[in-house]
Amino acid sequence: MSDPRDNVQQEFLAEAQELVEALSRDLLLLDEAHHRNERIDPALINEIFRSVHTLKGIAGMFGYKHVGAVAHALEDLLDDLRLGRTLVGPQLLDVLFDSVERFQRLLALEDPQSPEEEPGVQAYIADIRSIGTEPEAEEGDPLDKYAIEPAVLSVLTEYEEHRLRACIREGLRLYRLRAAFDLTAIDDSIETLRDVASDDAEIITYLPSMEGGNEDTIELVVLLASRVPEEELKAHFEGRYGKIEAVQERTHLPTLPPRLTSIPSAAVSRGPQSEEDQSQASIRSVANSVRVDIRKLDHLMNVVGELALVRSAVDRIVDRFKGESTHRQSLMELDRIGRGFERQLSELRTGILDVRMVPLGQVFNKLARIVRQAAREHDKDVRLVVTGANTEVDKLIVEELTDPLMHLVRNAIDHGIEPADARTRVAKPPEGTLALNAYHKGSNVVIEVEDDGGGMNAHKLRETAVSRGLLSADISHELTRQEMLNLVFLPGLSTSSEITDLSGRGVGMDVVKTNILRLGGMISIASEQGIGTKITVTLPITLAIIRALIVTVASRTFALPITAVREAIPYVPEEVRTIQGREVITLRGETLAICDLADLFGFRGSSREEGRFVVVGSMGNRELGFVVDGLIGQEDVIIKALGKSLSSIRGFAGATDLGDQKVALVLDAPALFTEYFDGPDALRALETRL
Amino acid sequence: MAFQALIVDDSSAVRAFVRASLEDADFARVQEAETGFEALRLLAANTFDVVIVDVNMPDINGLELLAFMKKSPRQQGARKILISTQVDGSDSKQGAELGADAFLKKPFEVDELRSMIRDLLGSAEEVSR
Repeated sequence: MSDPRDNVQQEFLAEAQELVEALSRDLLLLDEAHHRNERIDPALINEIFRSVHTLKGIAGMFGYKHVGAVAHALEDLLDDLRLGRTLVGPQLLDVLFDSVERFQRLLALEDPQSPEEEPGVQAYIADIRSIGTEPEAEEGDPLDKYAIEPAVLSVLTEYEEHRLRACIREGLRLYRLRAAFDLTAIDDSIETLRDVASDDAEIITYLPSMEGGNEDTIELVVLLASRVPEEELKAHFEGRYGKIEAVQERTHLPTLPPRLTSIPSAAVSRGPQSEEDQSQASIRSVANSVRVDIRKLDHLMNVVGELALVRSAVDRIVDRFKGESTHRQSLMELDRIGRGFERQLSELRTGILDVRMVPLGQVFNKLARIVRQAAREHDKDVRLVVTGANTEVDKLIVEELTDPLMHLVRNAIDHGIEPADARTRVAKPPEGTLALNAYHKGSNVVIEVEDDGGGMNAHKLRETAVSRGLLSADISHELTRQEMLNLVFLPGLSTSSEITDLSGRGVGMDVVKTNILRLGGMISIASEQGIGTKITVTLPITLAIIRALIVTVASRTFALPITAVREAIPYVPEEVRTIQGREVITLRGETLAICDLADLFGFRGSSREEGRFVVVGSMGNRELGFVVDGLIGQEDVIIKALGKSLSSIRGFAGATDLGDQKVALVLDAPALFTEYFDGPDALRALETRL
Repeated sequence: MAFQALIVDDSSAVRAFVRASLEDADFARVQEAETGFEALRLLAANTFDVVIVDVNMPDINGLELLAFMKKSPRQQGARKILISTQVDGSDSKQGAELGADAFLKKPFEVDELRSMIRDLLGSAEEVSR
């Protein structure tokens, strides 16, 4: 049994993460509204306040001292903001945006109390506190205008009271809506009420009343503020909900006693519900979503794999009896049942995969923050256009994707998009555009990062590659333009700072490429000088199931992820030469290093005869031929982890069941490449060369 | 017999914390409500020994729930604890008028919550005798 505290800790981290993500999302909306000089929705500011408030509360309970301290200072600032004591401005937005990264870092700390963080946290808190408040212009309490019962005022929070005052100041009228709600469906009904109200009225609060309620229904008095004339509002609400009435304005200051007469509750407008409806509604409203540890889903996926094995074991028994006529009827039936089972199993597998999927919008929100930050740093105007934020990808891929995409976005703004004056000179709009597009293509997801900046200079890239000794001058002249652009992915070309401005692309594109390849993905680049650059990343939708080429080596079966395979050709021993201590063949005029997997894995007695194959693997700019004994075919396989004791062995991504009680090891192509080119053998080969 | 408790808080971490604190050693059975609406549903159909409510919730806030419980015949026996992060006490003043029996300042400790409930329910037993 695990300690229940561990689970609670997990719950804390998950919620804190969600709160920070919500904060980030809402800040972007706030920034956008401010940027466009639009009216800022008070509900949005309240949401931001609530995220920080909740974060403060839970951080304190779980010992995240720094998170709590930062959240506390921000909460005060946001409280001033939502109560109208301070206004949205650039300095305030900067401080708020800063908090997102800071929270993420502080939440990831090994020691959430770490004293090393203290100075940074205190400096930031000082920044937050430096934003001053503006005294509210007081001109009598607008609430005096209305006859609101003290019983109502006594249950309002400070914020609700503030909204009430603000609405009255803005000239909105107050109304009371009394309506009975079915308790089993109340969440949905309130959601609908909110939608109905959204354009015409602001809901200040909901007051549960004791009148007209019983075990199944409850009467709520909803306090609304609206600009819409009373008659119109009546027509709008009264058919659907209960009775709406204007809150009496006081005629003279000490005035009528508060209205205490109760108005009989109106019937709920919903028709009678069937029992089924009700039970569905109540289940739905109790919990719309659950958080699941991804390891639990991995476990379920393993179970699905096991079930597939059971199914094929049954198949084999069916096969065994197929020749006998006596059981024909039963066999046909078994066969039919087997196919039904297969269908359900595949549905189950799809279902589990579906649960792992999260929208790319999660990453895009983070990127939007980077865009804002980078644009400010370089004093550039950048408009971000996002399409396909709902495109879903495996949660694990999303996690790994953030860093590479962040690099790409940063590069596009740092080096791609020109400053406004430079853009104006070449008749481009002063505001640059950065587009993030995502869409599905077969079983892949495609993400494009496209800018309308200065584009890349292919010839300069080539010159730099030559001057750094990454490319011989002779070969460099045979390169196509596309090949020159691809040089940007070479290690050592784009890591230096001085190169950045001349290539139009900078930091660590080789690292980006490696990360994308590790996810079984591909990256490509298109760029026109003066027009812009588009980087396209193609990724598998999930890592849980991959398409693999099944091969045999010394009578053992292995799976090679298809994303790493370019082609397979027959192996001709006579064509093998040895250059600098390594075996190579010539493929279409190019030298291809080959690596006999039987040798690499140390299998003795591997058949060295004809009929073997070279599987040409490709990773980035490197190619390597794997010599195998046989090709079996392509299959979708579920990768299972190797378990702790084996996980340190390099070269294998995991194992998989092939359905006929055979287990195959899944080769880790990037690791094999590294092992071959950079591992100890590579060093030995280098020594023999010297 | 274990106490029947209801925790109303929009933070799932707080609810999990309270549940873990109270369900340990069968001290109490805990039901959770994420929103005021959910709380209303549970309050209409169940009887609780203790109801722990966060002040600051969207839509129906903790004070509104207290006002409701004060009038609800079913919840007359329930002891009410109001959770708040405020120090200045305006919540406590409003809360006391609406029938809160005790106040808990966030962040709080497991022991604090348990001994508070023990005190409250001890006095409840005396009253009923």
